[in-house]
Amino acid sequence: MAKATAALHGTAYLASRRARHIRERLIEVLLFFAALISVVTTVAIVYVLVKESVVFFEQVPLRDFLTDRQWTPLFDDAHFGIVVLLSGTLTSSFVALAVAIPLGTIIAIYLSEFAPYRLREMVKPVLEMLGGVPTIVYGYFALLFVTPLLQKVMPGLPGFNLLSAGLVMGIMIIPYVSSISEDAMRAVPMALREGSYAMGATRFQTATRVVVPAAFSGIASAYILGISRAVGETMILAVAGGMQPNLTFNPLEPAATITAYIVQVALGDLPHGSVGYQTIFAAGLTLMLFTLACNLAGHVLRKRFREAY
Amino acid sequence: MMEQLLATKAEARSLSFYYGDFQALKGISMPVHERQVTALIGPSGCGKSTFLRCFNRMHDLYPGNRYDGQIILQPDNTDLLARSIDPIDVRMRIGMVFQKPNPFPKTVFENVAYGLRVRGERSRRAVEEKVEQALHDAALWDEVKERLHQPAYNLSGGQQQRLCIARALATDPELLLFDEPTSALDPIATASIEELMHDLKKRVTILIVTHNMQQAARVSDFTAYMYLGELVEFGVTDELFIKPQKKQTEDYITGRFG
Ligand SMILES: Nc1ncnc2c1ncn2[C@@H]1O[C@H](COP(=O)(O)OP(=O)(O)OP(=O)(O)O)[C@@H](O)[C@H]1O
Ligand SMILES: [Mg+2]
Repeated sequence: MAKATAALHGTAYLASRRARHIRERLIEVLLFFAALISVVTTVAIVYVLVKESVVFFEQVPLRDFLTDRQWTPLFDDAHFGIVVLLSGTLTSSFVALAVAIPLGTIIAIYLSEFAPYRLREMVKPVLEMLGGVPTIVYGYFALLFVTPLLQKVMPGLPGFNLLSAGLVMGIMIIPYVSSISEDAMRAVPMALREGSYAMGATRFQTATRVVVPAAFSGIASAYILGISRAVGETMILAVAGGMQPNLTFNPLEPAATITAYIVQVALGDLPHGSVGYQTIFAAGLTLMLFTLACNLAGHVLRKRFREAY
Repeated sequence: MMEQLLATKAEARSLSFYYGDFQALKGISMPVHERQVTALIGPSGCGKSTFLRCFNRMHDLYPGNRYDGQIILQPDNTDLLARSIDPIDVRMRIGMVFQKPNPFPKTVFENVAYGLRVRGERSRRAVEEKVEQALHDAALWDEVKERLHQPAYNLSGGQQQRLCIARALATDPELLLFDEPTSALDPIATASIEELMHDLKKRVTILIVTHNMQQAARVSDFTAYMYLGELVEFGVTDELFIKPQKKQTEDYITGRFG
């Protein structure tokens, strides 16, 4: 009798254990597929980009692509110098980052080290809203508000220019930089700050000499994200930057960026398979490699200066 | 007898302290004698750290904290807790070493130079000399002289704690506060820090919180026993440990506490 109950008990226990085991497996499989989807998507994107780019480079030598100083894929005398588009991307990104990195860092330092709790809780959602505004809205804000404003100071400024687009893009990127930097700085243990104050340091000295270096890897991630956003931003530049390819590093001129060119061609009615159409894949691949390089650099930086408090 | 002969470096007078509504210190009055080691002992939560952190106005960093009473610092007879006194000026004179070593994310050299930089010392020579001197004083020089420009995090726990002591010493503090400086260290590192304290008291007044009764007996000249925010007994260490005046103190030091 006693034996029988024990056995019964045993099988019930085993059954519930098996059920739990199956449930665990199921969850594991689900999670695995979720992870798989993102990996497969990435691989698929790279595959398409590379495959289509190969078609492109069969017709346009890589050498020309890298060294030609004109970008006129739709002309009879077609030129495919990517440096033309890259210059627009670099110039507008530079303007944007010149706004977003200093301001974003200062805001993060202020919110993390100086602002009283109540103010911080009020400012953060407002800042995060900045990042949630659709970029097309920013684009027209740049074109219809910021450019006319700038033209008052600089009468010669063309209606489309990289300066205005870059400035507005910088404002859009501020919350990405500030919110991640702030999180990194707030994660710095109080013990480090106390150590600094105990040495007679002021709040400002503590923030800049101890907290910022301690949070460096997080802040670097914030910058990398900001750079990726700037390089990949499309709508603001398509609307306010002007779409004509222009090899220039002067933000006061209009110029097309890689992204702006891609939308332009993708929206146009070029026949699939034409060299003109294939250019967008080569341009896209360039953009991706560029972002990848940024992320790798960020990764290396983070490893070298990882938090060790 | 010994007490009368010694100069007082600092003196708490009816010091009370409040974390918001909670009163953590209740009218403490006691001296800290010059170039002596004074130990604060007592059960966990009795307010040792709270008391120690009044001396360098650490509590000013957090909102809602309130001091009542005075801490008079000699020789200038300044009340450290007075409203007119800037806590930064207080911390310029009084150094602190924490329970867990907390080196900054900088090199060994820059850690020790920190206080000098904060004070605006521009002369490279002066900084280098003081850093080296402080590292000697903290008995760390021989171990780190080859890697002054490596990150401080590469040092062992005991070395990091001595680095924090060097950091505090570099600015010539008049009073040095230690909050359980060896509780995160192994016995060997602990012994080296205790030995260090013994040498340091020739030039600097030390106030130390410790949980370890043997440590208090070993390193201190005076001991204060605290309980529930009050000072129960203060006296010469040897006398307090051998012949405590209060039953409560006796129970605590003989382990019959609770
Ligand atoms: N930030 C704070 N806010 C409110 N109460 C606090 C705060 N810090 C400490 N206390 C309380 O004040 C009392 C004294 O704490 P304190 O840290 O000074 O004790 P302690 O003697 O140093 O203890 P331990 O030996 O465990 O370090 C305790 O009751 C504690 O709960
Ligand atoms: Mg304590």
